[in-house]
Amino acid sequence: MEQAVSATIRQAEPKKKKKVDFKRIWPLYVMMAPGILYLIINNYLPMAGIFIAFKQINFSKGIFKSDWIGFKNFEYLFATSDAYIITRNTILYNFFFLIAGTILALLCAILLNEIKNLFVMRFYQAVIAMPNLISWVIISYLVFAFLGAETGFVNNSILPALGIDEWIMWYMEPKYWPMILSTVHFWKSIGFSSIVYFATMVGIDHSYYEAARLDGATRWQQITRITIPIMMPVIIMMTLLSVGRIFYSDFGLFYQATNNSGALFSTTATIDTYVFNGLLGIGDIGMSTAAGVYQSVVGFILILLFNYLVRVIDKDQALF
Amino acid sequence: MKNENRGWSIAAHISLIFYTVVVIIPFILLISASLTDQKAIYANGFSFWPSEFSTAAYEYIFSANSGIIRAYGVSIFVTVVGTISSLIISALLAYPLSRSIMPNRTFWMFFIVFTMLFNGGMVPSYLVWTQLIHIKNTVWALILPGFLMNGFNILLMRTFFRNTIPAELIESAEMDGANEFRILRSVVVPLSTPVLATIGLMQSILYWNDWQNGKIYITDPSLFSVQNLLNRIMEDIQFLKTNMPPGTAGAINALPSESARMAIAVLGVLPILLAYPFFQKYFVKGIMIGAIKG
Repeated sequence: MEQAVSATIRQAEPKKKKKVDFKRIWPLYVMMAPGILYLIINNYLPMAGIFIAFKQINFSKGIFKSDWIGFKNFEYLFATSDAYIITRNTILYNFFFLIAGTILALLCAILLNEIKNLFVMRFYQAVIAMPNLISWVIISYLVFAFLGAETGFVNNSILPALGIDEWIMWYMEPKYWPMILSTVHFWKSIGFSSIVYFATMVGIDHSYYEAARLDGATRWQQITRITIPIMMPVIIMMTLLSVGRIFYSDFGLFYQATNNSGALFSTTATIDTYVFNGLLGIGDIGMSTAAGVYQSVVGFILILLFNYLVRVIDKDQALF
Repeated sequence: MKNENRGWSIAAHISLIFYTVVVIIPFILLISASLTDQKAIYANGFSFWPSEFSTAAYEYIFSANSGIIRAYGVSIFVTVVGTISSLIISALLAYPLSRSIMPNRTFWMFFIVFTMLFNGGMVPSYLVWTQLIHIKNTVWALILPGFLMNGFNILLMRTFFRNTIPAELIESAEMDGANEFRILRSVVVPLSTPVLATIGLMQSILYWNDWQNGKIYITDPSLFSVQNLLNRIMEDIQFLKTNMPPGTAGAINALPSESARMAIAVLGVLPILLAYPFFQKYFVKGIMIGAIKG
C-alpha cells in the first residue's frame, strides 16, 4: 500500500522529487565552486587565449585591439631556424633522457634490491632521491660552483690537475652542454625515478627466485630472466606516458642550469625556454606565442595518441 | 652460490656508496664556498675545504640590507598559505566527486582531466592573470597561478576518498543530521591523513622551490622569495660580466661577494635538507602513490 502510494506520488509529481534531490546536493556544488572557478581562470581561459597567436601583439594598443594577422606568426617562426632548433633539442633531449634514464633507474633499483640490510637500503634510497627536492635555482648555483669561469672548481682544480692550463668559458661554449645537462638531469632524477621500479621489484614473488636457484641460475640470469621480464609492463607503461609528454621539456633544467645564457642557444634552447624568453621580452613575443600554441597542439595530439596506446595495453594505467 | 651473492652485494654497496657521494659532493662544495674568505676564492677558486675560513658571508647576510630575511618571510608565508589553501580547495573539489549522489560526475571528471591534457601555454596564462585578475606584483602572484590546484591531486584525493572511506560511515553521519561540510570536516578529513600529508608535502616543496611565478609576475624586490632573490643575484652577475668593460669593477663590488652568494644558496636549501629526514618516509610513499596513479 505504502509503496503504491509513493509510486503514484513519484509519477504524479516528478518535479517535487527532483527538488528534494537538489536540496541534498546543492552543498556539494557550493563546495566545488572555488575549484571549478580556479580551473576556469587558470586553465580554460588561457586555452581560449590561444587566439593571440593569430594577432600582431602590440601592448600599446592592448591585446584585444591588436591587429589580426592570421598565420603570419607561425610563418615567421617556421621560416627561421629557431623552430627547427627548439623542436630538435626538445625531442632529442627527451628521447635520450627517457632511454638512458630508464636504464639507469632500473640499474639503480636492481642495486637497491641487492641490499639486504633494510636500514642501510633506506638510507641509500633517501639520499639518492634527495636531489629531486632541490630547486632549479639552487642547482644553478651548484652548477656554477663547478663551472664558473674565474672561481669554478673545474677550471681551478680539475683542469690544472689534468695538465690543461687554459680556462674553459663553460657558459659560452654550446658543445659541452648536451653532456652537462644530461649529467645534471640524471643527478637530479635517477634516484627518484628508481623508487617506482624498486617498489615493483620488491613485490615480485620470492618463489620464482628460489625455483631458479634450485635449477642453478646465477644471479645475473635471475635478473635478466625473472626480474626484467616481470618489470616489463611497468617499464613500457612509464615509457609510453613519458613519450606522450615529449614535446614538453624540463623547463628549469634548460633555463636555470644554463643561466639562460644566450650563447648556448643552439644546444640548450627548447620550446619552453623559447616561449618563456619571448614572454619576458628577450625574444619575439609573436613567434613565442606561436611556438607555445605549436607545443600545446602537437603535445595534445601526442598525449592522446600515447594515452590511447596505454589504454590498449592496460586500462587502469591510462589517464582517461 | 654464497660467494656469488656476496660478490653482488659488495658490488651493490660500492656502487651505491659512490652514488651517495656524487649526490652529496656538490652541497659540500657549496657550503665550503660559503665559509671561505673572499680573497682565497679569487686566488684558488672554490674547493671542498675552505682554504681560509671566514664567516664574513653569513655576517653580511644577517646584516640589515641583504634582503634575505625578508625573502625568507615571503617564502614561508607563500609556502604555508599556499599549501593550506591548496589542500582546502582540492579537498572541496575532490569530495563531491567521490560521492555517489553527485550527478554528472563523468562530466566533471572530464572537466578536470582535460586540464591535464591541454593547456593554453605561458603567454595566454600570463595575460589572463595580469590583464583580468591584475595579480602582478602582489603576493598572490606567488600562490595562485599554476600551483594552487592541479588535476592530478584531485584524482589522487578522489580515489582515496572513494576507496578508503566506507560509504556507510558517510550515510550514518547524514542520518545524524550532519550536512556535507560537517561530513567532510569531521568524517572524511580525519580518515584521509595519508593522502592529505602526501599532497601537502608535494605542494609545500612546490611552493618553497618555485622561482617561475616570481620571475614572471614580480618585479618589486620586496616581494621576492628566497629563490627569486637568488635568481636575481645570479642574473645581475651574468649581466654585469657580459656588459661591463673590464676594470669597471665598482658595480660588481656592490653585489654580494662570491661567498655571500653561496651562503644565501645554503640558506635557501637548508630548510629542505634539515626537514628531509623527517618527511623522507612520506616523500618515498608519495612517489609510489603518484606512480600507481589516482
